[in-house]
Amino acid sequence: MGPIVIVEKVSIRFGGLLALNEVSFQMEERHIQAIIGPNGAGKTTLFNCLTGFYKPTEGSIVLRRDGKSYHLTQPPMGSFRGNPAGWMGGFLRNLFTSNPIHRTALLGVSRTYQNIRLFAQMTGIENLLVAQHNSVNHKLLSGIFQTPGFLRSEKKALEKAWYWLEFMGLEDTANIEAGNLAYGLQRRLELARAMATSPRLICLDEPAAGLNRQEIEDLNRVIVNLRNEHKISVLLIEHHMGVVMNISDRVVVLDHGEVISEGTPAEVQKDPRVIKAYLGEEEEDAPPQSRREA
Amino acid sequence: MEIDFIIFNIPVIILEQGALAAGFLASLFYIRALDLRAYGEMIKDAAIVGAIAMVLFVPIVGLVLKDRSLVFQIERSLMLVGAVAVGRLHISGAVRARVGIRILWRLALVGISETFAFFFFPEPQRNLIVLVVLVVLAIVFALEALLRSGEKLDSIGSKIMGAWPAVISRAKGRQGYLMFFLVGLLVLLPFEPFINSENPFITDYHLGTLTQTLIYILLAMGLNIVVGLAGLLDLGFVAFYAVGAYGYALITLHLGEFGIGFWWALPITASLAAFAGCMLGFPVLRMHGDYLAIVTLGFGEIIRILLVNMIDFTNGPNGMSAPRPTLMGLEFTRRAKEGGVPLHEYFDIPYDATYRYVFIYLVALALALAAIFVFRRLREMPIGRAWEALREDETASKALGINHTTVKLSAFTLGAAFAGVGGVLFAANEGFISPSSFTFVESAIILSIVVLGGMGSITGVIIAAAILTLLPELFRDLQQYRMLGFGLAMVFIMIWRPGGLIKVRRRAFVRRDSARGASNPALGEAD
Amino acid sequence: MFTIGDPLIILAQQLINGLILGSIYGLIAIGYTMVYGIIGMINFAHGEIYMISSYLFAIFLALVGLFGVSSVPVALLITLVVTLVITGLYGFSVERIAYRPLRGSSRLAPLISAIGMSLVLQNFVLLSQGANTQIFPSIYEGVLRWSMGSKDNFVQITYIQAMIIGVTVVSMIALNILINHTPLGRACRATQQDRTMANLMGINTDRVISLTFVIGAAMAAVAGMLITFNFKSFDFFIGFVAGIKAFTAAVLGGIGSIPGAMLGGIILGLAESLFAGLVNTDYKDVFAFGLLVTVLVFRPTGILGQPEVEKI
Repeated sequence: MGPIVIVEKVSIRFGGLLALNEVSFQMEERHIQAIIGPNGAGKTTLFNCLTGFYKPTEGSIVLRRDGKSYHLTQPPMGSFRGNPAGWMGGFLRNLFTSNPIHRTALLGVSRTYQNIRLFAQMTGIENLLVAQHNSVNHKLLSGIFQTPGFLRSEKKALEKAWYWLEFMGLEDTANIEAGNLAYGLQRRLELARAMATSPRLICLDEPAAGLNRQEIEDLNRVIVNLRNEHKISVLLIEHHMGVVMNISDRVVVLDHGEVISEGTPAEVQKDPRVIKAYLGEEEEDAPPQSRREA
Repeated sequence: MEIDFIIFNIPVIILEQGALAAGFLASLFYIRALDLRAYGEMIKDAAIVGAIAMVLFVPIVGLVLKDRSLVFQIERSLMLVGAVAVGRLHISGAVRARVGIRILWRLALVGISETFAFFFFPEPQRNLIVLVVLVVLAIVFALEALLRSGEKLDSIGSKIMGAWPAVISRAKGRQGYLMFFLVGLLVLLPFEPFINSENPFITDYHLGTLTQTLIYILLAMGLNIVVGLAGLLDLGFVAFYAVGAYGYALITLHLGEFGIGFWWALPITASLAAFAGCMLGFPVLRMHGDYLAIVTLGFGEIIRILLVNMIDFTNGPNGMSAPRPTLMGLEFTRRAKEGGVPLHEYFDIPYDATYRYVFIYLVALALALAAIFVFRRLREMPIGRAWEALREDETASKALGINHTTVKLSAFTLGAAFAGVGGVLFAANEGFISPSSFTFVESAIILSIVVLGGMGSITGVIIAAAILTLLPELFRDLQQYRMLGFGLAMVFIMIWRPGGLIKVRRRAFVRRDSARGASNPALGEAD
Repeated sequence: MFTIGDPLIILAQQLINGLILGSIYGLIAIGYTMVYGIIGMINFAHGEIYMISSYLFAIFLALVGLFGVSSVPVALLITLVVTLVITGLYGFSVERIAYRPLRGSSRLAPLISAIGMSLVLQNFVLLSQGANTQIFPSIYEGVLRWSMGSKDNFVQITYIQAMIIGVTVVSMIALNILINHTPLGRACRATQQDRTMANLMGINTDRVISLTFVIGAAMAAVAGMLITFNFKSFDFFIGFVAGIKAFTAAVLGGIGSIPGAMLGGIILGLAESLFAGLVNTDYKDVFAFGLLVTVLVFRPTGILGQPEVEKI
């Protein structure tokens, strides 16, 4: 199995701030890969580049799928800069062609968010049905007249939605509005929703945030199961080392927008640069005893 | 409709007195239920509100400009101030009071409005005001009782109301029959004047009004797609209504000779309006909330200004006439146009103007039912779910692969098509259209129907459309207060019941197959 | 108003008219822009507040006259102050009724309640004052005129129009001082940046929000008074179109930015005047709304606005 994602020299600049500086790494298919790093290291920014939310200032991100390569950073119609009708062209491109977020999603990349973004006033199962929008029959007339083909596709979508709800242990809360669910259930529902799009690659932004020990154990089992049984590649940002070290195949460490280390969890753990990034220089830091007090 | 005030007077007086007594009782309850400090706070609060109201109302209400001089109407402004202050007192009391007392408080509102009306309005309107308040209260009570069906009811008043939901929940299984019965009633309604031709209860005027209500239901269903489902606040909805009405008038005027009449014009105009909706949709795709609202508002104005100024095309502010619909080529006039055949001659029956009203009413009923049906289906379809997802979180829905361009455009397009059909019906019902029928006020009325009824809901919107169009007809003397009432209702509904009269109940899904519980590969052993 | 002259004269005259119209739009636009800057919502009732200020101005001027104040400047001064205060109170009430109870609810709710509020205000004035157009007395009549060559060719500006420009400049300076050089203004700016943090820093953000509505309303009142002076007639419906126009101005300049609102107002005023003078009067509103749509499509942040970045 080859790589599923190739990130090459990706830089992104927000005004004067260089949020990502020539970040390069690869991710193998059917791996669980973690991106770790201190706060403000650029992890979520990298995710946003990967899923089409941000356009990198430089560099390229290639998604490989069924032996074909898709450049996520390049617009499908080619560059419109320098085109005499560039401005208008850009506008029309925005209107008529799919935008990068949408395109990335169609290529089989799905994600969750650091701050949960569910459709709060829709029920859990409706959230999962929405996620299957592109795979169901969404023709207007067949829906209004409920043609047999439409009913079949709805039934299939429902079955899939129930499958993922059960997979995440949410079948009892399927008809409760997502906004009214408890926090842990909302996190699970978001993961279920991401899975309902049938992705190849799923990007999880701090999936363990705010979960208790039992819930984290469940989460680990779920993620491993996604890789083993459902043949999905999982890219995750996580602070919780219990998740990162136990389940990931590879770890990428970011600090100040740069990759400072990459390897298996065990390798990364020993890397002096990682230790420095996390704990700071020994002599610059506060004395050990005061840290213990804190 | 004329209301015989003498009939209403005695019960109204009894009710007023009862309500005043209840209000007094309610205030006693506040004193007993709340400690004195809270009571003092309430009074202080009401006094402040009264003082502000005085500064706001005395100049505008009390001093009326007339020929560069002032007419003093201080008394009327002070009454208004008093009503505001007392109303505030009661509201803050009711918010703090127990549920049971709230019912007394509502009755007290009738008392307040009576006192208020007594000073503010001349004789015939006084009782009307009280009546309006009573009707509204009755509706609120009934709806609340309906909504509380499952909850435990904790006061005598609501227990009485609680008898209702039981009846309804028992009828739930027979909901289909109920619907069938209601629709049947509505279909048979217009034939009453023929059976009871001596002294018909339902007149042409009634039928015209009911037709207008049905048109509003149709329009509200269209706007419900845009605002209720897709969450796009469209303040220029009237533009598509105008496109429909003018499209009908122009098409039949210019293409009438090719045999294009009402029935052909209907789909053509609907597509025209849909196209206009799509065109509006393009520029506003990336706008959200507030921006969208103001741009659509501007769009509505643009259409109206065009209608006024393109005199060669639309005959400007003088308006143009629209033909009446025909039934398979048969006309409803006394004498047919060249080549046409009037209905009564064809069937060899005496001419009766009512036929036309009955016919348009039935057409409007059919189209309104179709609109409700389509809306129902849309809500449960992938596109409906995508609209709602877009409303809830545009970014997240994009990341799920939903093409927000097509989804948004389809909401605008479909909503506009509904409005186009409504416009054709309006033009055919009135027989005459002019730009003054398509002002922002009309958009505001449709929006308030959707908002009051509950965004995304069907039953609520139907009820709201009926209330908002029939109530003003019932109380014609208060017609001028209609928009004020709509505005107030919009503000207070948003504060007290943001979901509208009837909050949408989500569709519940039941797992059918027996595979339940069999596969929980990840969490199975943990539980 | 202007005699047969060469196009250049017409152009010059239209530029002056546009500048005056633009000042008015700018003043109203400040209310939109300030409120949007702080709570991120459009105050839909703002146009109606402007309309009410016209009524208040005329009413109090008549009232002061009835009380026997014969000196015109004194009467104007009293009226000005009273009108500003009461209009400000209207702004305050709108916020308390239509916005504050809905803070933290869905985005659509305050919008709808504000639209309701604007319906209420409009119909409240209609019911109390009647639908007829009100006439305002002529005060300070007089014209400054610059002849160009012959006697019939001239560019003119009335005293009142000159006053409009003057008052606009003074109000802008005053507002600038208030926002940038007082503790109150600092609180405003802090609240605009981050409401939660400002709150934690001990700023009473509720009060700041109220204040924003009051200042916005007061600016609208200045505009309302000036325009009443200039056109000498008004009715209950003037707020609707003026509201949309002023919002266009705010968007044009970049919503959230106070200098932007003024700039946008002047650009819109000039564009509209030139369009009306050189192309067509009937469609000048269509032109203004068209401009709004164009700006929103191609540059949603306006001229001086900062782009909004959504946090993911």
